[in-house]
Amino acid sequence: MSKPFLSIERLTQKFPDGQGGELTVFEDATFGIEKGEFVCILGHSGCGKSTIMNILAGLAEPTSGVVKMDGFEVSGPSLDRGVVFQNYSLLPWLSTLKNVTFGVRARFPDWSKAKVEEHAREYLAMVGLEGDVVHRKPSQLSGGMRQRVSIARAFANHPKLLLLDEPFGALDALTRGTIQDELLKIWGGTEQTVFMITHDIDEAILLADRILLMTNGPLARVAESVEITIPRPRNRTEIVDHPNYYAIRNHLVQFLGQRSKELAGQPSGGADQRPTAVSIDKTEPPEKAPEDPAAPLRAVNE
Amino acid sequence: MTKTLSVNHKAALLSIIMLVVGLLIWEAAIPAQKAAEELTEYERLTGGGAPKAGVPPPSQVLAKAWEQLSNPFYDAGPNDKGIGIQIGYSIYRVLTGYFLAAMVAIPLGFLIGMSQVAYKAFNPFIQVLRPISPLAWMPLALFIIQDSEASAIFVIFICSIWPMLINTAFGVAGVRQDWVNVARTHELSPIKTAFTVILPAAAPTIITGMRISIGIAWLVIVAAEMLVGGTGIGYYVWNEWNNLDLTSVIFSILMIGVVGMLLDAAFGILQRAVAYAE
Repeated sequence: MSKPFLSIERLTQKFPDGQGGELTVFEDATFGIEKGEFVCILGHSGCGKSTIMNILAGLAEPTSGVVKMDGFEVSGPSLDRGVVFQNYSLLPWLSTLKNVTFGVRARFPDWSKAKVEEHAREYLAMVGLEGDVVHRKPSQLSGGMRQRVSIARAFANHPKLLLLDEPFGALDALTRGTIQDELLKIWGGTEQTVFMITHDIDEAILLADRILLMTNGPLARVAESVEITIPRPRNRTEIVDHPNYYAIRNHLVQFLGQRSKELAGQPSGGADQRPTAVSIDKTEPPEKAPEDPAAPLRAVNE
Repeated sequence: MTKTLSVNHKAALLSIIMLVVGLLIWEAAIPAQKAAEELTEYERLTGGGAPKAGVPPPSQVLAKAWEQLSNPFYDAGPNDKGIGIQIGYSIYRVLTGYFLAAMVAIPLGFLIGMSQVAYKAFNPFIQVLRPISPLAWMPLALFIIQDSEASAIFVIFICSIWPMLINTAFGVAGVRQDWVNVARTHELSPIKTAFTVILPAAAPTIITGMRISIGIAWLVIVAAEMLVGGTGIGYYVWNEWNNLDLTSVIFSILMIGVVGMLLDAAFGILQRAVAYAE
């Protein structure tokens, strides 16, 4: 089996627990992401999603294990891995446009000033920020607009891997919907590989090619990898009518509500902890899709 | 009618009323010199007709101010220079000592703010040196430097360094980790991170420290010049006291206040320029 574009191998994170012992957040987590894939990771708070993201971003060091991208080991932050933080992380003393050119200049240092600005404006326009708005400071923008700027900054840099850390967590439901659509649009036009943390099941189904499910921590593991068998382009109003939608959704709800607890706290025993691949497809002939929600799971080991 | 006035207008009106009332009370409280004709013969014989030294009324101070400010840069020998020259000397000393202090305090503050080790290593020295009255350094400075002018500048240096140092370190240490992470994910070099992320993020705190420092430096220069002598507004105040010219003393006190206010206002403008809202 060929190596995936991004390969996470036996990743382990332990923290001191404050009483002289160690707290294992997760151990020997092993999974891969293909080029151009949009992967969401779902799990309860404290299961280590953000830790995995920080390791992928190079902002944190794992206790052991490696992350390989394109065959090379990842160490430290890099422009090849763009990050959209939950709290936008725009620089408040710079205008919207300058926040994007800041990133573009870092990525393409030999571009002329005019080219940098044109490129930044192009990406701001993709998320619906045009005209005088680009000269406003982040404090003069709404939360939704700020996150759009942050997304534009990340996409404008053409990173090989884009990491989104709960990008819509702080937004109201309506704004969230609009920006999800914009994210899909901008992603559709690129070959961008995306890894996203979210708490929102519907958001994950709408956006992702594959959803990774994490059990509760400590000793959390990436237990399942659920393929979203709904064809693109997807639309939030039509997607719910697809026969697979509720089957997948029920599976996710059931996992997060119950099985994430049951599967938690099992030490790896030194073995690779790979997620079980799950594909739910109700469009297939009916004998493969009985009523029992556990039965239609087609478990395939990688 | 009062409803049509804005808050600013009301405040300005009230300020003017307070000024006028204050000046009138001051003017009225000064006992007038008795005219020679009203004195008894005994009083005249005992020198009662000679003018008494007393606190001058505001009208005299205003007259003095007009006289001095209409020709601020005259120079009629070592003990008779215009108020503009004296203030000029003081400002020159303050700014020299102040900028030398900034050149040391801001880079050092950056270092202390960025590194836990540097913070802990420098902290005991800062804590001991900071509460020392700047004038206590004066004898040592005079002995070592052997130059009164340079000693005054040194005293300004030593008093303005602490607020700038502490505020810079505090501002740099308090830069949000998110912004530093933005710099890291954009692969900025440490120098570039310092100038494009940490400096603008910490600038409001640093400028606040600089503003406190310039205020302290202006307070200290008056006392330092009283000790060192020769030129400067502090020396001028002390010299006029020796001349028993209280009108000039009051006038120069007011001038010290006005210049201090202008220095502070300049840093206020700078502070607004670097301020940002999160």
